[in-house]
Amino acid sequence: MAGFLVKRILQAVFVVLVVTLLVAWAIRLSGDPAIMLTQGAGSFTEQDLQNIRKALGLDQPFTVQYLQFITGVVTGDFGKSFFGGTSVGSLIAHALPLTLLLALTSLALAVAMSIPLGIHAAVNRGKAADTGIRILSLVGLSFPNFWLAIMMVLTFSITLGWLPPSGAEEPANIVMPALTMGVILTATNVRLVRTSMLETLSAQYIMVARSKGLKERVVLYKHALRNCAIPLITYIGLQFGGLIGGIVVIERVFNWPGMGSLAFDAVAARDYPVLQGVITVLALLIVAANLLVDIVYGLVDPRIRTE
Amino acid sequence: MSAAPADALLSVRSLTVEFPTDNGPFTAVENLSFDVEPGKTLAIVGESGSGKSVTSLAVLRLTDYANGRIRSGSILFKPRSGGVIDLAKASGDTLRAVRGNEIAMIFQEPMTSLNPVFTIGDQISEAIVLHQGVGVREARREAKALLDKVRLPDAGRLLDRFPHQLSGGMRQRVMIAMALSCRPKLLIADEPTTALDVTIQAQILNTVRELQREMGTAVIFITHDMGVVTEMADDVVVMYRGRKVEAGPVRQIFSAPRHPYTRALLAAVPRLGSMTGEPLPKRFPLVVMEGEATRSTGEERVQDTADYSRPLLAVDKLTTRFDIARTALGRVTHRVHAVEQVSFDIFPGETLALVGESGSGKSTVGRAIQQLLTPTGGEIRFEGRALAAMSAAERRRLKRDIQYIFQDPFASLDPRQKVGFSIAEPILTHGLMTDRKAIERRVHELLDQVGLRPEHARRYPHEFSGGQRQRICIARALSCDPKLIIADESVSALDVSIQAQIVNLLMELQERRRLSYLFITHDMAVVEKVSHRVAVMYLGQIVELGPRRAVFEDPRHSYTKKLLAAVPIPDPDRRIDTRLITGEIPSPIRAAGDEPALHRHVEVAPGHWVAVETAGSRTP
Repeated sequence: MAGFLVKRILQAVFVVLVVTLLVAWAIRLSGDPAIMLTQGAGSFTEQDLQNIRKALGLDQPFTVQYLQFITGVVTGDFGKSFFGGTSVGSLIAHALPLTLLLALTSLALAVAMSIPLGIHAAVNRGKAADTGIRILSLVGLSFPNFWLAIMMVLTFSITLGWLPPSGAEEPANIVMPALTMGVILTATNVRLVRTSMLETLSAQYIMVARSKGLKERVVLYKHALRNCAIPLITYIGLQFGGLIGGIVVIERVFNWPGMGSLAFDAVAARDYPVLQGVITVLALLIVAANLLVDIVYGLVDPRIRTE
Repeated sequence: MSAAPADALLSVRSLTVEFPTDNGPFTAVENLSFDVEPGKTLAIVGESGSGKSVTSLAVLRLTDYANGRIRSGSILFKPRSGGVIDLAKASGDTLRAVRGNEIAMIFQEPMTSLNPVFTIGDQISEAIVLHQGVGVREARREAKALLDKVRLPDAGRLLDRFPHQLSGGMRQRVMIAMALSCRPKLLIADEPTTALDVTIQAQILNTVRELQREMGTAVIFITHDMGVVTEMADDVVVMYRGRKVEAGPVRQIFSAPRHPYTRALLAAVPRLGSMTGEPLPKRFPLVVMEGEATRSTGEERVQDTADYSRPLLAVDKLTTRFDIARTALGRVTHRVHAVEQVSFDIFPGETLALVGESGSGKSTVGRAIQQLLTPTGGEIRFEGRALAAMSAAERRRLKRDIQYIFQDPFASLDPRQKVGFSIAEPILTHGLMTDRKAIERRVHELLDQVGLRPEHARRYPHEFSGGQRQRICIARALSCDPKLIIADESVSALDVSIQAQIVNLLMELQERRRLSYLFITHDMAVVEKVSHRVAVMYLGQIVELGPRRAVFEDPRHSYTKKLLAAVPIPDPDRRIDTRLITGEIPSPIRAAGDEPALHRHVEVAPGHWVAVETAGSRTP
């Protein structure tokens, strides 16, 4: 297990290096920031542009810029925003907890809904409950997330007036964005839980557990679920990337001031340091989530732990 | 239908179990009645599809979880508390109080019947805590005592181990400990030893018998193995197609079977010792069921097909090792010594049996010959030509001359291709024929040779039974006119009646085409029927090799003796001598640098070679 973890951590470090390199390189590809920044803002001479580049450190060769960036990442200094000179680090420090809160709440909601539903569908395979759950899941899968978000706002904020439509001032604000993401994740996870449960339930140790006289609830939630957990955890780890991508859109709709909103504004304003910082942190987050998955595997499955 | 005897612990009366299918309900068990007396063993025997496993599940109403329905009948059980309960109509709570407590069950596959994510200790104490209302600590102490009782060494440490760290035999012992944890009055064992090696099987059967005596437990023993029946049973119920065809005391069933099916079943069982005095393998006529009646087929024929002038295949000092563990720097720390310096010849028209238990390396030898893996050392010569010296084209050609038939006929045919395609595929791959009509004719001819009909070529594998599929696999192996067929446990998974037919087919084909067989198996009784010579493998090396009669009638190596002694004989008057059989099968995994000692062989009789046993090399 220890060797396995060391290997995984080294892999993660390598992934982070590749990701940051790609981010830095891709952003430069989109053009000269000095020209883009000054577009439509009156006339600038070549000398002015040169000064802007110098001020922003853009006159250095790419390798130097990348090295500065990566040193910054290690020390937690992501540079300053092109606008107003706020440190990117403090912008992220403000936005990241909100995004994490939203992501984890959505994920928790999805797990809490998809596991009982999936198990119920598997146990009643081919019966009305199973068909119902599968149809609902298909409906959930067919919604684009922003559409669902808008429908929720229309229903719960505008028509019924139960929930605030946007912002992050009070606890009630999180309900709708988390529910939107949660419902969509549930729709996919339910199917996975069902399939994986069906397979586990046909295993002989389940029959053995039943032959011991255990209650069906214990058989399902203790003996079967722990064995289903492995494909489920893998999938949730992979899903995390998609979840973060989805949150960028949802944060916009609900005006949730997290990483998504920050990235969105940075793109609109061509604020490269902010964009670069946000993407790097999100990439780190996804790498960390997958590393966590590897650790959890070992906890759940003794076959990996004792290798 | 008779009334239940007053002293019966369990009385099943007119039980009918059905399962819903798309074509209406399927009746798996019909109008079945039997009794189990306290402390006695009832064996339920039958082949696949006979309904014996469904019966075992139905007693505890575990069929409910497979959508099964008890349409009629009763399952009367006398619990400890007195009175009689009808399990067929009992509520969920009543059933749960009986399951694992008054009636416990052991299942067939020890590899999959323990939950991989919980420790052995947790799994055994679970039922104790549930049914006896004791604390976890007390239950754990109890679990340790049980592990001692089923003769598992080092019980204290075993409690914290996980199933994957145990061998199959050990897992089945854990399963027995679990089943006996609440001292049940009735134990249902569904093929508990079928997946185990014979020496381990003998030990497990012995453990079950001893504990049964000690605890006074009654046992329902479900099996297809007539040898196991005579080892274990007091009474026997024979099932065929969901119905009981015969029942009675074990001696009566074996000495005077009344129903034609019982007679056919007993006739098909390979009996160790049936070939005593015969120098050559022999084909026997078979009794087969046709509907409800029997018919005799085939003829008695001595298999005098071997030509010992020049070997077809020579294996010389074959060694195959697999690296399995390395340090972080890539240095090998552990290896599987699958095959070590194995040498033997196969002659034209001869059947050489390669016998051994799990981990003996017998399948690895077969795979090396068929070029499915590259050996670490040694030489394989076919018709005098060394494999290593052959060109790529010659090696391809050799793949035509040597064909492989696998154990599992279900997994070795592509489910999405018609069987005609599967049979024709080797012909196309090797470019033996190109004319479509000619290939089709050839496929029809092959199907005819293995006892199937030409129109079967247009069907898919799932439309055939296990035995028919194995015939298809044989037809495929024959399609490019091979000289040697490697049959790797090819008849082990089949019902005995089907097994006897396939064995006869293989022998008939040998006579007709002068085929050589390398017959890889763990089943000594089948080996005795089919082989001209036998090689016994243990831990990657041959310990005894010689003419079949010599090895069976005069076994010299202690392992050969042990292997022969462990085979259950379908004769109620002969039971296994368990004194010979102890110990686990050791692992062929060794640390790098720790080379196994090589056996030295001596010729004790013409062609009969035995490994010299010294104090260091002695096998248990």
